[in-house]
Amino acid sequence: MTRPPMKLALGPHQYYWPRQAMLDFYADIAEAPVDSVYLGESVCARRHELRLEDWLDVAQVLADAGKEVILSSLVLIESESDLKTLRKIARQRDFRVEANDMAAVNVLAAEGRRDWIAGPTLNVFNPATLATLSELGATRWVVPPELPRAPMAALLAAADPRPEVELTAYGRLPLAYSARCFTARHFNLQKDSCEFRCLQFAEGIPLKTREGEAFLNLNGVQTQSARVYNLLADLPALRAEGVDVLRLLPQSEHMGEIIDTFRRAVDGALPPADAFAATRAWMPEAACNGFWHGQPGVEHYIAA
Amino acid sequence: MTATAPIELVCPAGSLPALKAAVDAGADCIYVGFKNATNARNFTGLNFTAEQLGEGIRYARARRRKVLLALNTYPQTDNWREWTATIDCAAELGVDAVILADPGLMRYATRAHPALRLHLSVQGSATSYEAINFYRDHFGIARAVLPRVLSLAQVEHVIAHTDVEIEVFGFGGLCVMVEGRCALSAYATGESPNCHGACSPGKHVRWAQTPQGMETRLNGILIDRFADDERAGYPTLCKGRFAVHDETYYAIEEPTSLNTLELLPELAKAGIRAIKLEGRQRSPAYVRQVTSVWRAALDRLRAHPAGFAVERDWMATLNAVSEGQSHTLGAYYRPWK
Repeated sequence: MTRPPMKLALGPHQYYWPRQAMLDFYADIAEAPVDSVYLGESVCARRHELRLEDWLDVAQVLADAGKEVILSSLVLIESESDLKTLRKIARQRDFRVEANDMAAVNVLAAEGRRDWIAGPTLNVFNPATLATLSELGATRWVVPPELPRAPMAALLAAADPRPEVELTAYGRLPLAYSARCFTARHFNLQKDSCEFRCLQFAEGIPLKTREGEAFLNLNGVQTQSARVYNLLADLPALRAEGVDVLRLLPQSEHMGEIIDTFRRAVDGALPPADAFAATRAWMPEAACNGFWHGQPGVEHYIAA
Repeated sequence: MTATAPIELVCPAGSLPALKAAVDAGADCIYVGFKNATNARNFTGLNFTAEQLGEGIRYARARRRKVLLALNTYPQTDNWREWTATIDCAAELGVDAVILADPGLMRYATRAHPALRLHLSVQGSATSYEAINFYRDHFGIARAVLPRVLSLAQVEHVIAHTDVEIEVFGFGGLCVMVEGRCALSAYATGESPNCHGACSPGKHVRWAQTPQGMETRLNGILIDRFADDERAGYPTLCKGRFAVHDETYYAIEEPTSLNTLELLPELAKAGIRAIKLEGRQRSPAYVRQVTSVWRAALDRLRAHPAGFAVERDWMATLNAVSEGQSHTLGAYYRPWK
């Protein structure tokens, strides 16, 4: 059986950009060789340069350009207003939804949606949990980054039914979420009066160890890896395990080149090692791929 | 349940002596874990064998207390049976409830042991009534433990919209991140609370005296450096000092403990059914001390709900056993965020 070629998905934008910068970014994406685009605010409920209505407008433009558009739900839900937005996302019928919290699963199931995406923060680590979500209507599963290749393969071998599988393959990894905003904390501000400082940082704020090593990246209530997860050189292994969709997370510069390089590598026009080498110049930090190899995520392995 | 139902005091025990100390000091419930990766405090020398758990249950039950088993890590395909076998064992021994995070395990438990009471672990990351009601509707959970991220008003809002009993953390080590949504330890060391039951595990820790001071490292990553007059703390990676722009500080959180003693009347008014003390990795002496203080406080609140005041001795006792000898109200106090 020959598999269809791997699809490319642009994952949800993790950063907070001024409205026009965000609109310009997605205008470019309409022309980029990605199959799916995840839209919406999944990190911080205070971010409002684009509201849900604006995201829906962007979604329509991308859909008209032939992209599959998916709306991502908020990872950390704290208030009734967060739930209201969630219900609006679940009730619209034009686009599929990525559930990033069990509240979203509950709302989508109540709406009778049968086509949603189980996001990477749902902690799906075994077949019984995956089956539970499949029965409730999940048809695609985004693998949690901390789940390595071998246990992912074992899970998929036992999965019944087997969903479409999406794996994060590029970008600074979202590692943790908090009620506390670390960007506000850096400026001695409280979250409720944060002055939207995230707007000043296109890719968050680097956090270094006391000996100057780039370790993490502060992005509001989210903490990311400083290093860029990059599985381009591991492409043959991803294909061998039957990964259907590669998730690329947006960054502020060279996103077009990165998408093009993944496209050419996936299509077989560029050897994976060469493709990886090409992306070195476009990454804001060194690469890492330890999670895929069952090692600390921060580490980097040259593909065997 | 009536409005005046007493709040249960849920205390930690990492060993049989700690369990007995908790019972003797006035715990209503004692939560424990097995000696394996099935729970979120999988530390060397800690936790219970089946025999010890059986003895612990007998000791508690004779004094009309409850024992809860934490099975709150996420099993994977190849170790699944170790977790289900632990649930079977817990049911057979007659624990009063199991504390689970993984929906797959809940599904197993409801099918294999329909009478077994289920609590949703803090590792389940349920921060809203919609999430809590998901676990109720599909697995019949009787209680949910809230992650330490909600403000007091948000806790109250959750309680008003679900019939699931709500348990909150009252005291002990403070996770700054949403429990169950943190892969920082996995990123640095390959071992995480979600999959291995450990954060910043000891085997990856190195202490080294250097000309710059005492350095603490986690898998080689410098977490902090201490001057001679500073007390060097354990390198939990979110509680180190890091450089952000030109400033070096506790960028994520200080080494501090959660202590909500002064919020007790408001938490009671909000309708919490249980309050949890953290620290299964701590000694029986710690368990006895913190349990005694919280027992006294809950008894005082019940006897004099209007005139509740925190005693200075209580705070002194709790501060003495706190990380960094300091405490915070955490997210319950909105400006903390």
